[in-house]
Amino acid sequence: MILNMGPQHPSTHGVLRVLLEIDGESVVRLMPDIGYLHTGIEKTCEAKFYQQVVPLTDRIDYLCPLTNNLCYVLAVEKLLGLEIPPKAQWLRVLLNELTRINSHLVWLGTHALDIGAMTVFLYCFREREEVLKIFEMVSGQRMMTSYFRVGGIALEPPLGFFDRVRDFAGYFPEKVDEYENLLTGNPIWLMRTKGVAYISAEDALGLGATGPTLRASGVDIDLRRDMPYSSYEKFQFKVPISTEGDVFARYMCRVQELRESIAIVRQALDGMPEGPIKADAPHVVLPDREKMKTQMESLIYHFKIITEGFAVPAGEVYQAVESPRGEMGYYIVSDGTAKPYRVHMRSACFANLQTLPTMCEGRLLADVVAAIGSIDIVLGEIDR
Amino acid sequence: MPLVPAITDVKLLKGHPAVARLSGWNAAAIEGVKFDRDEMTISLDRNSIREACALLKEDPACPFNFLSDITCVDWYPAEPRFEVVYHLLSIPKKERVRLKVRLNSASPAVESLTSVWPGANYFEREVFDLFGVRFTGHPYLRRILMPEDWEGHPLRKDYPVEGYR
Repeated sequence: MILNMGPQHPSTHGVLRVLLEIDGESVVRLMPDIGYLHTGIEKTCEAKFYQQVVPLTDRIDYLCPLTNNLCYVLAVEKLLGLEIPPKAQWLRVLLNELTRINSHLVWLGTHALDIGAMTVFLYCFREREEVLKIFEMVSGQRMMTSYFRVGGIALEPPLGFFDRVRDFAGYFPEKVDEYENLLTGNPIWLMRTKGVAYISAEDALGLGATGPTLRASGVDIDLRRDMPYSSYEKFQFKVPISTEGDVFARYMCRVQELRESIAIVRQALDGMPEGPIKADAPHVVLPDREKMKTQMESLIYHFKIITEGFAVPAGEVYQAVESPRGEMGYYIVSDGTAKPYRVHMRSACFANLQTLPTMCEGRLLADVVAAIGSIDIVLGEIDR
Repeated sequence: MPLVPAITDVKLLKGHPAVARLSGWNAAAIEGVKFDRDEMTISLDRNSIREACALLKEDPACPFNFLSDITCVDWYPAEPRFEVVYHLLSIPKKERVRLKVRLNSASPAVESLTSVWPGANYFEREVFDLFGVRFTGHPYLRRILMPEDWEGHPLRKDYPVEGYR
């Protein structure tokens, strides 16, 4: 029998359509069908100035806008050869780890909800709300933050920002214990996740999986540690690995990542360097409002950047960061003008989704929902 | 890091594991190399991409065992028009390399990598969908993001940003 699941289905986390060929209760063949959210962001980027692309990168993935912002600006900065001041780099790390917490909380909540644990969902969204409030405080937006700029970050964080983050970092580990109390030893949870949707390290590597989906199968790679960017090399953290390769292993990897992320946030708060938040590159970075009102030079630069953008030397770069879902990469080709010639986003979910047939075929139909939840897909990122 | 001029001399870049391996295998297949902004790019002959990737994947010294990405750049109206770009990652050695093949605009086609990495499947379908580049030997070369009955390939440079009205 052929069964159609989605595109409107509560546990597909967006508009994913899955075609299932089933024999009784077991899945014979599974085929994901994507493209329902395709908005042509890559094409749109080619018609915008470099600085106008930043808000588009938010809209790829509503759960980790700042990770996408970071990846894009790092790529453009690499093209320009810009040096970013340490404070901006540390703030980027701080906000990226909060983004990871935000994303993992939504994943944990909805994944547990799919499998039938409603309470965890409400608990996770309680803490996520606080993270979103922190984002609103710093960028003015809860979700579409667009806070990073080519050459630094948009504004100094407001007064009280660091205290609020410190507060959050103080009580958050207890909350993780709370989630774990509800799930990790829970017999129903264990039965629904242990040994379910298994994938071997070899298969996961061959299919292009990254992030917790790959690490849960025993491949030890985390771009933050192995190919550091934005001064991640100055932070101490562990990379959670598991060798089980099932839904439970992916759950454990992500829950431990929550704890590691909060440790990175604490280190960033304690060691936050002083200094400027924007690079010294007047042709790229917008001048301060104050200077614009008093200095002719700044006014001219501001006018020129806004009306003509800034030219980027010809070349190409591929910059990858460790997003909550895996390797998020931006491949940007410049032809020397103020608009990118080509922007390609290597989406982690797009590749991770390819593991779904391997995880589900030959196994039970009821486990498909658990498998989809466990690879943590965001359809906006897949379809772009 | 301030920009330094790109290095394009094969002899100077022999130290890079991918260049060393490929020039040891078939120097004629290498059309050009470029080391720019700390990234290595190797342009290959279009007929040798699958073999080159299989070779790099199994390289004992520095196995490029992970296919990060496949995409394409359209250089319309220049010829060869399409540039298919592959990003490989060596997980044990933390090294990246970018491979390129150039294709003419008349029925662009290149060998599929799905036999080397099954994960090339979606990436190649995406390039086929949005650029119209065919991958020979691909098991299921169908549109992936656009509707099945869509006409044209949206990421080509001669396709208007607003679409055809």
